[in-house]
Amino acid sequence: MPTADILPLPRADFAGPFSAALLFPDAETPALVTGPRGKRAEKRYDVYRNNVTVSLIAALASIFPAVERITGPDFFRAMARFHIRETPPTSPLLFDYGRNFADFIDRYAYAQDMPWLSDVARIERLWLDSYHAADAPVLAAEALAAVPPDDLPALRFQPHPAARLVSSPHPAITIFAMNRGSGPVGRVENQSEHGLIARIDDEVTVRRLHSGVFAFLRALFDGDPLAAAAATALDADAAFDLPGAIGEMISAGAFSHIRTEADHVEHA
Amino acid sequence: MAKAEMTSSLLETGAALRFPRISPAGQAGTSFKPEHLAAIIAESGPQGFFEVHAENYMGAGGPPHRALERIRRDYPVSLHGVCMSLGGPQPLDREHLARFKTLVDRYEPALVSEHLAWSTHLDTYLNDLLPLPYTAATLSHVCDHIDEMQTAIGRPILLENPSTYVLFKDSSMSETEFISEISRRTGCGLLLDVNNVFVSATNHGFSALDYLRDFPLSKVGEIHLAGHAEQADDEGDLLLIDSHDGPVADAVWRLYEIVIARRGPAPTLIEWDSQIPDWPVLRAEALAAQAILDRHAGHREASHAHG
Ligand SMILES: [Fe+2]
Repeated sequence: MPTADILPLPRADFAGPFSAALLFPDAETPALVTGPRGKRAEKRYDVYRNNVTVSLIAALASIFPAVERITGPDFFRAMARFHIRETPPTSPLLFDYGRNFADFIDRYAYAQDMPWLSDVARIERLWLDSYHAADAPVLAAEALAAVPPDDLPALRFQPHPAARLVSSPHPAITIFAMNRGSGPVGRVENQSEHGLIARIDDEVTVRRLHSGVFAFLRALFDGDPLAAAAATALDADAAFDLPGAIGEMISAGAFSHIRTEADHVEHA
Repeated sequence: MAKAEMTSSLLETGAALRFPRISPAGQAGTSFKPEHLAAIIAESGPQGFFEVHAENYMGAGGPPHRALERIRRDYPVSLHGVCMSLGGPQPLDREHLARFKTLVDRYEPALVSEHLAWSTHLDTYLNDLLPLPYTAATLSHVCDHIDEMQTAIGRPILLENPSTYVLFKDSSMSETEFISEISRRTGCGLLLDVNNVFVSATNHGFSALDYLRDFPLSKVGEIHLAGHAEQADDEGDLLLIDSHDGPVADAVWRLYEIVIARRGPAPTLIEWDSQIPDWPVLRAEALAAQAILDRHAGHREASHAHG
């Protein structure tokens, strides 16, 4: 067969037919596989089916443990299986998976009587983003103390790479916190909640914020200078305490550095 | 910022290593699980080498990197890729290749390995080590992929033999022929997973000893041992599952000793990835492998001296 050497070898597409039935238990076993000596391949192929679905459900459960605790494992497994079929991962980095899970929960018929569940999922997804975010020193209080008073109104605060804001019309932060561990859960007051997720010394924390502090932080994260952010915060909460809020947010690890308008020098 | 710049310039000039060179030669090691970190640090003396799944350390920062830096300071580290899809027909994911290279540069691992398998089709990541037919066409593209990976990371890899549950009607070569030819063409080393040999031999009714006789043991740079689970196939016959969730089976220990007796000691890893036991249980399993390695220490030098 001298021509075999000069023809490009075909890139046989076994992967298409093999993978087509992996996520669908009722689909036929692909015709290209077999057991040894002509044995059947149905149960053999099911091992791969099972590995794919079970491992992806486990991946979602490890990203969303509070959601799993709230729903119970059977409910969670069924919900996760639907989501995996609809939106399988598109990256081999499974710590990036589940970004559409909260939106899926919003649409999931059996979760409609838990309207806060999707926001708990959003917090868990952001928690993992904070956990894996880039390393950077957190802003030290001394850096702020060194800024000349005239430069303060125009001062800008760079969010720390691991800092995330959360906001929910439901008490989602409280529900998240009660269900992340194995401790007892109590009654929750039905109110909106705002918060900050941040990482200090490799520890991710989620803290609730008063509406004024949250409005202040969101304005700073949007790039507003200090004076404008303080005005926004006072609009949201007349009792807003500016020095207290700055101190609380610096010690929470919200920022990595500050920039003054004048010199564009960064102070960590 | 300044610290990061200094580090990268040192790497470029090769003036300094961020970590010491520590050899895993002749050692048994374990999968590294972050929940064991405190127990590992608390012990003094050698704890073998540690293998990590590369993908778990591809985040930008945070606790996983602190843990791996801590381990890498004192122990040899093996970087084990799980999802490069070297065995798939589609081109390698360039972004993933770049992330892998970044990890190799950052941690300077003693060993780097990947699988003869695939896990991505189009843009769907299936999170399992899926099998491929063994043909001239698949041999050619697997070799291309390994060339590409080795060029990208600037060093040879060890390719691991799979455990499989099905065969392809199209296959025209045996797995050992296929793997031998890959190693010959690409210069890659091999990671011999003895449990995978036992699992596939049982599932497909061939002799594990014949497989090991045909496997190019001189290319083996690392060995895996792991536990498996039992199921049944359509005919009701035993079907073994590569579950990594328990101790190594007696039959696999016997095959392992045969391999070490023939090849001489090679870094040997106990893989244990689910239902993970406490550190002393996992370490005891590695010490059982270490005892076999120690019994055959010096064997390799002796056999080389004789020719
Ligand atoms: Fe393995």
